[in-house]
Amino acid sequence: MNLLGKLTWSAIPFDQPIVMGASGGVILGIGAVLAWVTLKGYVPYLWREWLTSVDHKRIGVMYLVLALLMLLRGFSDAIMMRTQQAVAAGDAQGYLPPEHYDQIFSAHGTIMIFFVGMPLVIGLMNFVVPLQLGIRDVAFPTLNSVSLWLTASGILLTNLSLAIGEFARTGWVAYPPLSELQFSPGVGVDYYLWSLQISGIGTLLTGINFVTTILKMRAPGMGYRRMPVFCWTALASNLMIVAVFPVLTATFAMLLLDRYLGFHFFTIDAGGNAMMYVNLFWVWGHPEVYILALPAYGIFSEVSATFSGKPLFGYRSMVAATMAICILSMLVWLHHFFTMGASANVNAVFGIASMIIGVPTGVKVFNWMFTMYGGRVRFEVPVLWTIGFMVTFVFGGLTGVLLAVPPVDWQVHNSLFLVAHFHHVIIPSVVFGVFAGIIYWFPKAFGFKLEDRWGRRAFWCWFIGFHLAFMPLYVVGLMGMTRRLQHYDVLSWQPWLLVAEAGAVLIFVGIACQVMSLVVSIRGREALRDVTGDPWNGRTLEWSTASPPPAWNFAVLPRVTGLDGFWAAKQRAHATQGEPAQARAYAPIEMPKNSPIGFVNAFFAVVTGFALIWHIWWMAAVGLAGAFAALLVFAFRDEEEVEIPAVQIAQFEAQHAEVTP
Amino acid sequence: MRYLLLAIILLGAATLGGCSEGVLDPKGPIAAAERQIMFNSTGIMLAICIPTMLATLGVAWWFRASNTRARYMPEFAYSGRLELLVWSIPIMTVILVGGVAWVSSYDLDPPKPLASAVKPVRVQVVALDWKWLFIYPDEGVASVNHLTVPAATPISFEITSSGVMNSFFVPQLGGQIYAMSGMVTRLHLLADHAGTYRGISANYSGAGFSDMHFAVDAVSSEQFAGWVTAARNSGQLLDAQTYAELAKPSQAVAPFTYRAVAPGLFGSIVTAEMSADDPSLCISTASLRAER
Repeated sequence: MNLLGKLTWSAIPFDQPIVMGASGGVILGIGAVLAWVTLKGYVPYLWREWLTSVDHKRIGVMYLVLALLMLLRGFSDAIMMRTQQAVAAGDAQGYLPPEHYDQIFSAHGTIMIFFVGMPLVIGLMNFVVPLQLGIRDVAFPTLNSVSLWLTASGILLTNLSLAIGEFARTGWVAYPPLSELQFSPGVGVDYYLWSLQISGIGTLLTGINFVTTILKMRAPGMGYRRMPVFCWTALASNLMIVAVFPVLTATFAMLLLDRYLGFHFFTIDAGGNAMMYVNLFWVWGHPEVYILALPAYGIFSEVSATFSGKPLFGYRSMVAATMAICILSMLVWLHHFFTMGASANVNAVFGIASMIIGVPTGVKVFNWMFTMYGGRVRFEVPVLWTIGFMVTFVFGGLTGVLLAVPPVDWQVHNSLFLVAHFHHVIIPSVVFGVFAGIIYWFPKAFGFKLEDRWGRRAFWCWFIGFHLAFMPLYVVGLMGMTRRLQHYDVLSWQPWLLVAEAGAVLIFVGIACQVMSLVVSIRGREALRDVTGDPWNGRTLEWSTASPPPAWNFAVLPRVTGLDGFWAAKQRAHATQGEPAQARAYAPIEMPKNSPIGFVNAFFAVVTGFALIWHIWWMAAVGLAGAFAALLVFAFRDEEEVEIPAVQIAQFEAQHAEVTP
Repeated sequence: MRYLLLAIILLGAATLGGCSEGVLDPKGPIAAAERQIMFNSTGIMLAICIPTMLATLGVAWWFRASNTRARYMPEFAYSGRLELLVWSIPIMTVILVGGVAWVSSYDLDPPKPLASAVKPVRVQVVALDWKWLFIYPDEGVASVNHLTVPAATPISFEITSSGVMNSFFVPQLGGQIYAMSGMVTRLHLLADHAGTYRGISANYSGAGFSDMHFAVDAVSSEQFAGWVTAARNSGQLLDAQTYAELAKPSQAVAPFTYRAVAPGLFGSIVTAEMSADDPSLCISTASLRAER
């Protein structure tokens, strides 16, 4: 038996200059950052204040940092694909051979959904939800840290596949029989499966954590009808996580059993049925779209209300629409394979069910519009993203309903029309939404606003670049171009793909503008400082505390008497201006103690995952034993909480009050 | 404005593109019906989506903070009438489009035979790594990567796969259907006119996928008879042995024909029982691929 399983020197693709260049660059980059951090002596600070932190705000920020880094990786894959398709026409084969190109589109989809979309929305939920609910942390703070680091483990494993071995060449859905051992004997599919299994557990734990938090831990007086809409969308999203991520985990577990232990769940022989995988995958896959999109809708709701200086129009409708989407989205998965040959009954029912989701979604668009109606709309950068989303998204929704008509789907299924469609809904909703959210809540997190000019440039580059990149794909899709082609012989497609390439380049410029915006803002942060804690004239509770908030969020838990509690409080304060402020008494606050368990557990998760991928059985045993031992040590710790003395709280409040005009 | 411009460009472009090929340039009744459904549904929805988009831009612009003529209504957050309106607009749209979907799902159900006075031509399709095998059971010939059919005659397809899933698709004749191992899917198509149309696999199936396309020649019935005769007079016999040879993974295979086909071959491909003396043949094609 080989001590290193399947791992040999040949796993490192020395013969592929692009891969070696990319992984070399990444390794150098990581090395440089680590060296800088160590030399500057930041390691103890990072370890104490960030890596072991159980503070929901810091965990949220770390999720976002991870996601934005992965956005760069996923975008690099995207622009490589666009370039390949722009040049590989006629007899040309482009610059990427199939075995490399196939990994790139598989990695692009996997990374963008699991390691960009998910951590973006989970990061924002982490940061915002407890603040909006007027509480001090989530229900299970340490578990939250475990979730974050399990996600990071999945990300690390996926990226390891760049330098050691290969990634899946199956597309991001990894349909069997192609993903079975028979047809994909390499480690690529195993990287895919174990990365997603590990990060999937993290996501499920997040779901449990947030459902508990939102259902059980709201500020005094905050009934369900007084909960901010973003929290409602977060609730819906996390309910869906709890409902469907176990399905994905079970499905992947079956595929793993097929691949590792010779089971026959999805094989072509011995009674396996690959189509069962397709069904189960989309039982998770369709709700996943709304797991990502609903919190983004919540962000648009907050942004449109705040910057219009008005309450959200039709709050009850919005909540009803959110919960309707939450339930309906689990009943439509079959529209991902109308072409499987199901009966007309099945196709018609699922087609119409899919369209019905368009109803609550349509209601939301109208309600955002009526939120602006009668308002004083300030065209700050988050509003640009919101309006950009609304005008783009209605047409993405249109093509979605079009695809829900089975005979239309038979004609454009799996074509670039489909690719254009799902980018047309996911990018405006999730990506634009999260960008709006990041700019909106950035001053709350860091105490200074992001500057304006580069932010606007970024928006216009993204907005125009998006349309340039994806509208041509609708056209070539209708012309009969299917997805995942490494080369093609129809020369009339090429001009459209060149336009798409130009769009991708413009999006790249947009990303560069965002990096510039960040750099310029950090350098000029004194001028952009938010001293009031309420830079946008906000409506919800997160704006009632300091920016950045103290670890305990609220010195005294706010008492909620209605929707948009902070707005109402400001109106009251305005009425009673001039009266002397009452001296407040503060009580000591118990906060959860930081813990390294999340980080340590993730370390062992990576060891286990890597060992299983490469069939290094002894190492897998070490990893599992290590994780278990770490858990035991954690379970036996004596002190779980630290007490913040009242003096410290009073001091912070006094300082904060001094700068508040 | 930008959007209107884009919409115009897109529509113009789509029409242009449709002139030469693809699903907007149908050459048979199924594809034509499917295109009509696409147009109808798009029309219904554009009637809602364009005004919504314009209204969004209009409202946002009129109620900009700097516009002193716009009325500020800081408490305007509910209106029963408007709520009724915002729920009923999408509901009515969905009822219309849903009706289209319901009726057309039955009308154009792929397994449903086409009404025609002409006797259909049967074709059995096998998706292989990475090429297409077309067996004509009634004519007793077979062809690889080239489908010749008589025009104005219904073609009845039975479709399966030797291993990995593919999707059989001739965009100008009608919708696609998956080719899955161990299963048979049904599809009925008809070409109105003689001509050559592009056929593809529309489901990614591995390294050789990009070259998994084939020409569909729709010819007159005399020419079809001539083609069958020519095919019968040349090429190999397609039986378990030659099939096993064919099923080995290969890419960008030039079209060729088989002069005869062993009876029951398609059925045995579906059930993956090649012959009594060598039951492992079908499995071995898969493992051969794995060795690549």
